[in-house]
Amino acid sequence: MTILTFTIVVWAISALAGFLGALTGLGGGVIVVPALTLAMGVDLKYAIGASLVSVIATSSGAAAAYVREGYSNVRIGMFLEIATTIGAVIGAGLATHISTPIIAIIFGLVLLQSAWQSVFNTSGEHPYSLECDKWGARLRLGGDYPLNGNRQKYGVCNVPAGLSMMFGAGALSGLLGIGSGAVKVIAMDRTMRIPFKVSSTTSNFMIGVTAAASAAVYLSRGYIDPRVAMPVMLGVLAGAFLGTKVLVHAPVRTLRLVFAVVILLLAIEMIFSGATGRV
Amino acid sequence: MDDRRLEIFIGNLLRTGVLIAGGVVTVGALFFLAHNYSARADFHTFAMESSSLRSMQSIARSAAHLDSMGLIQFGLLLLIATPIARVALAVVGFAMERDRLYVAISSIVLAVLLFSLLHAT
Repeated sequence: MTILTFTIVVWAISALAGFLGALTGLGGGVIVVPALTLAMGVDLKYAIGASLVSVIATSSGAAAAYVREGYSNVRIGMFLEIATTIGAVIGAGLATHISTPIIAIIFGLVLLQSAWQSVFNTSGEHPYSLECDKWGARLRLGGDYPLNGNRQKYGVCNVPAGLSMMFGAGALSGLLGIGSGAVKVIAMDRTMRIPFKVSSTTSNFMIGVTAAASAAVYLSRGYIDPRVAMPVMLGVLAGAFLGTKVLVHAPVRTLRLVFAVVILLLAIEMIFSGATGRV
Repeated sequence: MDDRRLEIFIGNLLRTGVLIAGGVVTVGALFFLAHNYSARADFHTFAMESSSLRSMQSIARSAAHLDSMGLIQFGLLLLIATPIARVALAVVGFAMERDRLYVAISSIVLAVLLFSLLHAT
């Protein structure tokens, strides 16, 4: 394969991943990394480095739009970033010491979980309690968000548990080159009982900061190759941009199902490749 | 300035940063493809990137010489800098609100990011 063909094919795969990732809210990394590894034969760590860069591009590129909606909470995001960035640096450090087949298997397991979550995610609105954790109050994490024309106040629960889940999300992000937005949303929505829309938009802001913490480590270790990262970044960025434009009209339920089937197949393939040492 | 106005300002700044980074990567990509389009693509096994593309100073130097891979890498470095700039601006924003607790919290995050960037590269 020539460089020109490689660039075009990787750009197209990344654009599709960015598009689906934006529509489903799960991010493009979970598709880009296995697709590059399995279909294009790219070394897993090159794929992880390239994906991290595209995670930053989508997070920073969409930040303004999310803030304007008035949902994201910068205090919650910043406080939890302490855990995700430290986790990410450790995860990226581990990635250089863990063998590629093992990383492929861990990646497959995370994909299985994402597939499960994207089908059975019934994140209903739960009743808010204004104060249920002394940490939430002390750190002034609570806020308000637009609901039915008013601004609904909310408090934040289970801060220590949420913080430890965020550490795990950061470590996965650094190890696998994904935004791990899914884990972040679970930690905020389910564990800390933060309203879903606040959780998902705050997560978008957090994934870029988390990815930046590990991207620097990958860069210095030589895992960010400009020839691979270039088509991935430009493709994901174009796809995500298009995805946010059509978001309003998309049949989200059907899309999540399609997305789940795609990542389920990728999960099986990743675990199989890892177990047989083909990556 | 309240949290929200500051956030929108920062959000717009980030998007500008992403567009500039994307522009630099695109220019580098065009140079790169013009010279290397028919070369063989093989990324199957990891070969250590040449040291000129792994540290901040040398990336900036090769980008300044309009080396195509150096330009792409410089664009990627700009992109990695956007979330870091975002946290740095949050420190300033919280300081303007005289919110000492969150100046401290965002400074810790900034310190982790800078440690990772400077210690690694």
